[in-house]
Amino acid sequence: MAHIHPSGDYYVPHGTKWPIIGSIGLATAAAGFSSYLNGSNAGFTVMFGGLLIITYMMYRWFGQVIQESEDGYYNDQVDVSFRMGMGWFIFSEVMFFAAFFGALFYARALSLPWLLGEGDGLLTNIHLWPLFDEGWPSNGPADFGGDFQTIPAWGLPALNTLILLASGVTVTLAHWALKGDSRQGLILWLAATVILGYVFVYLQATEYTHAYNELNLTMESGIYGSTFFMLTGFHGFHVTMGATMLLVILVRAIKGHFTREKHFAFEGVAWYWHFVDVVWLGLFIFVYWI
Amino acid sequence: MLRKISKLVAAATATVVTGMQSASAGYMDTLNMTKGVTPISERVYDLHMLILWICIIIGIVVFGAMFYSMVKHRKSKGAVAATFHESTKLEIVWTIVPFLILVGMAIPATSTLIFMTDTTESDMTVKITGHQWKWEYEYLDGAAEGVRFISSLSADSRKAIYADPASVDNYLLDVDNEVVLPVGKKIHFVLTASDVIHAWWVPELGQKQDAIPGFANELWTEIREPGVYRGQCAELCGRDHGFMPIVVRAVPEEEFAIWAADRKNVGKAAETVDKVWTVDDLYARGEEVYNTACIGCHQLNGMGLPSVFPAINGSAIATGPVGAHMDVVMNGRPGTAMAAYKDQLNDVDIAAVMTYQRNAWDNKTGDHVLPADVKAVRGGTPE
Amino acid sequence: MSEAVAHDDHAHGPEKGLMRWVYTTNHKDIGTLYLLFSLTMFMLGGAMAMVIRAELFQPGMQLIDPHFFNQMTTMHALIMVFGAVMPAFVGLANWLIPMMIGAPDMALPRMNNWSFWILPFAFTLMVVTLFMEGGAPAAGWTMYAPLVLQTGDAFPFLIFSIHLLGISSVMGAINIIATIMNMRAPGMTLMKMPLFVWTWFITAYLLIAVMPVFAGAVTMLLTDKFFGTSFFSAAGGGDPVLYQHIFWFFGHPEVYIMILPAFGIVSAIIPTFARKPLFGYSSMVYATASIAFLSFIVWAHHMFTVGMPLAGQLFFMYATMMIAVPTGVKVFNWVSTMWKGSMTFETPMLFALAFVILFTIGGFSGLMLAITPADFQYHDTYFVVAHFHYVLVTGAVYSIIAAAYYWMPKWTGHMYNETAGKIHFWWSTISVNVLFFPQHFLGLAGMPRRIPDYSVQFADWNMVSSIGGFAFGLAQVYFCWIVYKTIKGGEKATDRVWEGATGLEFENLPSPAPYHSFTMAPEIK
Ligand code: HEA
Ligand code: HEA
Ligand code: HEC
Ligand code: CUA
Ligand SMILES: [Cu+2]
Repeated sequence: MAHIHPSGDYYVPHGTKWPIIGSIGLATAAAGFSSYLNGSNAGFTVMFGGLLIITYMMYRWFGQVIQESEDGYYNDQVDVSFRMGMGWFIFSEVMFFAAFFGALFYARALSLPWLLGEGDGLLTNIHLWPLFDEGWPSNGPADFGGDFQTIPAWGLPALNTLILLASGVTVTLAHWALKGDSRQGLILWLAATVILGYVFVYLQATEYTHAYNELNLTMESGIYGSTFFMLTGFHGFHVTMGATMLLVILVRAIKGHFTREKHFAFEGVAWYWHFVDVVWLGLFIFVYWI
Repeated sequence: MLRKISKLVAAATATVVTGMQSASAGYMDTLNMTKGVTPISERVYDLHMLILWICIIIGIVVFGAMFYSMVKHRKSKGAVAATFHESTKLEIVWTIVPFLILVGMAIPATSTLIFMTDTTESDMTVKITGHQWKWEYEYLDGAAEGVRFISSLSADSRKAIYADPASVDNYLLDVDNEVVLPVGKKIHFVLTASDVIHAWWVPELGQKQDAIPGFANELWTEIREPGVYRGQCAELCGRDHGFMPIVVRAVPEEEFAIWAADRKNVGKAAETVDKVWTVDDLYARGEEVYNTACIGCHQLNGMGLPSVFPAINGSAIATGPVGAHMDVVMNGRPGTAMAAYKDQLNDVDIAAVMTYQRNAWDNKTGDHVLPADVKAVRGGTPE
Repeated sequence: MSEAVAHDDHAHGPEKGLMRWVYTTNHKDIGTLYLLFSLTMFMLGGAMAMVIRAELFQPGMQLIDPHFFNQMTTMHALIMVFGAVMPAFVGLANWLIPMMIGAPDMALPRMNNWSFWILPFAFTLMVVTLFMEGGAPAAGWTMYAPLVLQTGDAFPFLIFSIHLLGISSVMGAINIIATIMNMRAPGMTLMKMPLFVWTWFITAYLLIAVMPVFAGAVTMLLTDKFFGTSFFSAAGGGDPVLYQHIFWFFGHPEVYIMILPAFGIVSAIIPTFARKPLFGYSSMVYATASIAFLSFIVWAHHMFTVGMPLAGQLFFMYATMMIAVPTGVKVFNWVSTMWKGSMTFETPMLFALAFVILFTIGGFSGLMLAITPADFQYHDTYFVVAHFHYVLVTGAVYSIIAAAYYWMPKWTGHMYNETAGKIHFWWSTISVNVLFFPQHFLGLAGMPRRIPDYSVQFADWNMVSSIGGFAFGLAQVYFCWIVYKTIKGGEKATDRVWEGATGLEFENLPSPAPYHSFTMAPEIK
């Protein structure tokens, strides 16, 4: 199956079936989820099928790449291409979050003050929402979702910040261990990172339950609930993905993959982890703190 | 070969051009922006002509150079290619010169914009609300304070859509209730919408502004000439976006005062809830209301549009208990195009249109809904 | 450089059968797939435009329901923008960039396959909505909230198909950046790259920066509709206008995504047929970068009527006007390239020249739209429709057609029929102006856009425009036939193809180009 050319300066793989399988998976999942949202319960099963296809595809595609890498097919040029690919992928993720942060800043700095009658919003307040007078955190003039409380920054979120920062340190220690040829250190620090990652997700989940059950803070809580759950939700999803990728790296490290010179997969995931970390700092500051 | 083609092209262009001219004979006003009838529209027109001419002149220079080169520097004429390919001096020139031209445009543009956005010291305020697919006007102060009505596409135009557009005057630009405004006064508009975004635009007033649900925008105008000025909704707002005209009638101040007084009386006298309404009266009145307020969605034959707007004919709601029916009409269905009509229609209209819906087409329920019933549901706070 | 990729030919030629196209990792195969897909979508989007023009042929509703009309407008634009123009440029990038920089293939060939093969699925999801409850999306290609939330069953399908398109575009862009940064032959310095490579390089950054923002915007639409959030509802403290800001933060760079590669194409064609090097190469590069930079700070010129604070309106007006400067530099450089050249007028050159003139006309109307007070009159009228069809049809699409004529001999090894090409050119160019020029008049006279029916005073120009539209549409059917004939056969093309052609693809490769462009890195002079 290795349709590639190991020697020479250029690496050009030949035919691959994973992309088309991936596309089928994506389209199935999308169509399934859409039908589910439109009220068809069967849609949920279809979506699940699509996700399975995607998971299988990723497992096999990455498996093939790992195999080829371990077999020494990739030269430095390929390595650089992979690095660029990962780097720019992360940048695109940053821009995805930028849209939600943009929504948050816009709501806090512009639309909510306008509804309250500040700046250019005088007429809006007088004519449309004369009774509205409460600023951020707000669920809007129509009091969507009813009264709610917010989560204070210096409780669980602060702990989560510590956890993520610590995991940033452990992943770096793992990298140093790898570069210092210490397999044991690598495995140890990686395992610590993975555990910290999942603990974060777990704590985040408790926070959500708390918000829904005790604080009446839900997705329906107007603009506050919308931005809160959109930002923390997508972040939590990314942490889950990142921790799972780290887990894969851990398994590979245990299997004896990676050398002190060549370990792009490790680095790519580490970059991703740092990205998730930095986004969290933004969240901590702008969503929880100020 | 090339000659032949270019001759052919010339001939074809000539035909098209003369064709256009004859087609547009008598329609010269359909070629350019209107100068309009307000201080704003005149300044905007002048600005438009200024930038248009600047563009035309730059175009003549650039395309002139290009055509000259295409004619003179062609290989078939024995032109030999030069080899120059750089000149920092030129690059600087053609960065700076356009920049200066732009500054020249930006100055009048800025002053016009500041002029347009200055809504202070107005003489009267009118609130405009966009609904799918009609406009609501409310006079907030002045002689007509409190006057409030809905303005939608005239029945004549609506009938002509599927018949003969040329047979009616002002096809699609005509409404049942015109907004009447005094000339020579600075009028301040407050704009909003109830469902989706609309935009209020009358070209002759030289302003266009979005009507956004939940937010209020403003604009002002001062009409110089009495007359009737027509416009349309200018923001895609769903199926009947093209059928949501605006008609402004500008009249001298005295005439405005008379109109305002009339309008206020009409409002009061006609809607005595306690008048005894016969079924036939209600039905007739309901047909009228239906054909302006509801027809856009539920259609003349009451069949709606499959999978977009439900049919009223045969609807379980419109033939079932009156309470549920009234609830839909008064409060709408949040999250759908079905708006709440309790603030748009008065008790009589609601009773009438429900009576109509319950008895028209195949809905022969025989029920009729009385204005007093509506008033009761409203909780006795007539609007 | 030393060793080649291919020593045994059979392992490296195209595979056999249909699966060749499905599994391929070859940049030429994938380029071909993109181009054919784009042509198909152009026909589909064009057919919808014909429905629009037919209904607008005369006043009154004759053919379709207003709701269906809105579906046509929306789908026409989505298909043309995301299905025809963008994939065509990606297809050209695939074909040309490796050849132009002396590489064997793209940097990430498997991902390249995936970027393409997402598209047909994404468009299937989008197009099947035509047959759903409530019909296809009908809120315009801009999908403004809250109107778009009234969409029926099509809604989630629309959102997810956009997510898929975004994934495809971002992967394509990453691949292009990695290829350009990492696969250039030794000696191919950045400032030696052909302008097409440069413009695509910059376009790719635009794509990576804005497609995810668009994905974010439509995700918020999705949660507003199905999960109770209120990003775009004032009652919950949000703002419908917020959607517009996010959309246009994507949308404005998006329109430059559709024109920068076109600038690259024209900068390749004009020097060839003027037999004179491109004037002001480095200023062209800087101008492209400036346009890209400015494109991020002008978005709100699409929203002058939403009631922004005065300072905002002024800022966006000035920033938008500035774009005329670098774009002007480009136009002047093209004219100077022709100046004192030795010109011939083969079909690619004709389309490129028409591009320069007609795009500039579109640019002028763009500049007029940028003048805020005047935009209060122009906005949402046919004047805007005329503007963007000049820059998109006689801009982007013309450049794509020019590129097809220019490089087809290199791709297929056959010359197209020159007479046919000239007929296609004149037929298109006359009819496209009959189609879109009168729309300026309609807009100025007060005809709003996105309306299925209009007042009788607009009747004449609409009829003229529709006639032009049908003629232009037929001309493109003729174009398909020309392409078909050229693929099937025709006069053998020489390796250089055009007397004045320069660049690695013409100087260092035979026609048709071999399956792997440069199995050995070429010598760069
Ligand atoms: C390829 C696509 C493309 C391109 C290149 C452009 C280019 C430009 N566009 Fe356009 N535009 C669109 C696609 C494009 N546009 C689309 C699709 C829409 C509508 C979207 C929708 O609502 O659906 C739109 C709408 C649009 C609007 C909003 C109108 C409205 O809705 O009210 C505005 C307003 O400022 C605008 C401005 C401009 C400007 C200033 C340029 C400039 O880049 C043009 C610069 C070029 C020149 C000026 C000509 C050459 C220059 C010279 C010869 C130098 C000398 C000239 C001078 C000093 C004048 N465009
Ligand atoms: C790259 C983008 C692109 C391209 C190439 C085109 C190409 C065309 N466009 Fe489009 N258009 C847009 C982008 C584009 N458009 C956008 C963004 C909008 C705004 C949408 C919105 O408001 O949301 C729009 C809106 C728009 C409108 C306004 C609709 C409205 O406001 O309601 C009109 C009306 O004339 C129109 C016409 C055309 C025509 C006639 C062509 C022609 O060039 C098409 C020519 C091609 C063909 C015709 C295909 C080939 C022929 C056949 C398939 C055989 C059948 C042929 C015949 C029967 C003759 N377009
Ligand atoms: C803007 C479009 C629009 C207009 C105008 C409109 N309706 Fe509706 N109407 C709807 C839609 C959409 C529904 C379906 C709502 C839903 O999905 O629950 C509806 C539902 C109804 C129903 C319930 C029908 C059923 O069987 O569920 C009644 C009754 C009704 N409308 C009455 C009216 C009356 C009376 C008027 C005019 C005064 C009117 N409508 C004007 C769009 C409209
Ligand atoms: Cu209301 Cu368009
Ligand atoms: Cu723009």
